[in-house]
Amino acid sequence: MRSLLFIVARSLRQHLLSTVITVVSAGLASGLVMSVFTVSEQSRTAFTGGDIGYDAVLGAKGSQLQLVLNTVFHLETSPGNIPWSLYQEVKGRGDVRYAIPYALGDNLYGYRIVGTTREIFEVFEFQNGQKFRFQGDGQPFDEGYQEAVLGSVVAEKLGLKRGDTFRPYHGLQYMPGSAPHQELYRITGVLEPTNTANDGVIWIPIEGIFRMDGHKLAGGTEEVERGAAIPDEWKEVSAVMLKYSSPIRGKFMQDEIRRGDSATLAWPIASVLGTFFLKIGWITKVLLYVAYLVVVVAGFGLLASIYNTMNERRREFAILRALGARKGTVFSAIVLEASSIALLGSLVGYLVYGGILFGSAMIIREQTGVVLDVTSVHPSLLWTPLGMVAVGALAGVIPAIKAYSTDVARTLA
Amino acid sequence: MPLLELRDVRRAFRAPDGDDQLIVDVPSFDVDAGEQVAIAGTSGSGKTTFLNIIAGLLAPTSGEVVWDGEVVSGLGEAKRDAWRARELGYVFQTFNLLGGYTALENVTLGMMFGPGPDREFASSLLERLGLSDRMGHRPAQLSIGQQQRVALARALANRPRLVLADEPTGNLDPRYALEALGLLRDLCREQGAALICVSHDPRVLDDFGDALDFATLNRAMAQEPQGS
Repeated sequence: MRSLLFIVARSLRQHLLSTVITVVSAGLASGLVMSVFTVSEQSRTAFTGGDIGYDAVLGAKGSQLQLVLNTVFHLETSPGNIPWSLYQEVKGRGDVRYAIPYALGDNLYGYRIVGTTREIFEVFEFQNGQKFRFQGDGQPFDEGYQEAVLGSVVAEKLGLKRGDTFRPYHGLQYMPGSAPHQELYRITGVLEPTNTANDGVIWIPIEGIFRMDGHKLAGGTEEVERGAAIPDEWKEVSAVMLKYSSPIRGKFMQDEIRRGDSATLAWPIASVLGTFFLKIGWITKVLLYVAYLVVVVAGFGLLASIYNTMNERRREFAILRALGARKGTVFSAIVLEASSIALLGSLVGYLVYGGILFGSAMIIREQTGVVLDVTSVHPSLLWTPLGMVAVGALAGVIPAIKAYSTDVARTLA
Repeated sequence: MPLLELRDVRRAFRAPDGDDQLIVDVPSFDVDAGEQVAIAGTSGSGKTTFLNIIAGLLAPTSGEVVWDGEVVSGLGEAKRDAWRARELGYVFQTFNLLGGYTALENVTLGMMFGPGPDREFASSLLERLGLSDRMGHRPAQLSIGQQQRVALARALANRPRLVLADEPTGNLDPRYALEALGLLRDLCREQGAALICVSHDPRVLDDFGDALDFATLNRAMAQEPQGS
């Protein structure tokens, strides 16, 4: 064994450039496989198993998935609005612990502004048992004033803090050069990071959405006059976040909602997202096939890199044989060398994996606010390097057979 | 009992026309422990094939190679490899040093498959050959004479009982040829190893005094001209 390691170590050193190139290519391959597995698994867990603290989302007639993406992850556009009366009706039901309105229409440099009530800070649980908490001495907004509470990412990215003011921009997308609304909002607090999409949201009183200049309400022909009360029939919300006294109550409400034709109830939320991931599962499969292909290419690269040196090394093997090395020793040295390159590649693969995972986590956090658990260990972190070493050993077999069959006397003649 | 004995050793090769060509046909040859033998032979006379048969790198078509009373030519390949690693040292005309290894590593390699690596002994051999300041150099960084001395050290690194030297001075400047030969013979004497040296260099043969003529030893040469 000692002689084997001696020969392999010297050979790796002697062919340093091709060793490094092959190690890097094997590293990219194994890193890619581990990343695809981990990122897809982590994304699925973060989006579907994230322990969302409420049970259902009530919204306009349309797609349940769109409702969930819009309300839970603050993505996509709202499928439409539902009347205020429906919100009040579900809020008043005995089987509903809380119903919190969600109204859209504005942004601040691309960060979504959501109109809601103070209940979002008082009773709402973004995850089971987890309520919003304020940084420092931050406070909830006063529903009668133009005040706002910022998610941690918004505050961090825009450099805003308690006491600062801003003017909202119309629409969910920020259009550079567009003029802001006239209303000036004062920040009353910044929330602690939740590692959820909520970190990228600005919460303001729902009245603020109704009264924003340029907003026309249903039934109203003009904007609401300053100081005037808004008739309930003019009011609309994009969605309502619901928590039942018992989660199964959602089934009953869903049946009721389905009988009507004006609204949709997304329930249970995890199931809606699970269906979504099933539908897009093919993307993960395609990525995996690409990753496997990269592994195969790396395997062939390894084979080519060793095989190409075989002619120059044939004499080396003959000398080793003349010095007493057995055929099996020479064969094993080649296979071990290929395996060692693959093993080194796998170690590099962990760096590649770390880089891709960290980058993906950053992008996903930036885009959705959802934080991947980068510390979790997926089984692929074990079997991918093992598989890579197996591919390496396999790639070494053909050159090893060539070395094994070297005619010593003829080669040294 | 001789250390090495060859009994009716023949080796034929298949020619392109399909006929077997006899290259080596040695009815009898023996070497005693510690004996130093020179064999004179022209290029292409089959003497390298002869040495390869002794070393177990080639199996004889017929006949026996007997080592210390044991027929080694009948051993399986792995056992012959182990025997060679333990008992033989080989000095090649072209040195056959490994380019990726340092001088010390090349010498260590000579004992790797036999008694096991002994860096201290390898270093002492290189020091004995005047290469104490060249141990970390690779062959390409050494002069031809220095490469030859590394090859000598490697051949003796496993403390062999027999050293085979195939034209050991063939690639050397005449100035260094006798010096290298002297070192080889001295080292063999010091270690008690027998030496078989094949050469066509008159200076080498003169140094031994009573060289055997390979043409006399090898009956195949009397039949027709051969290539080795």
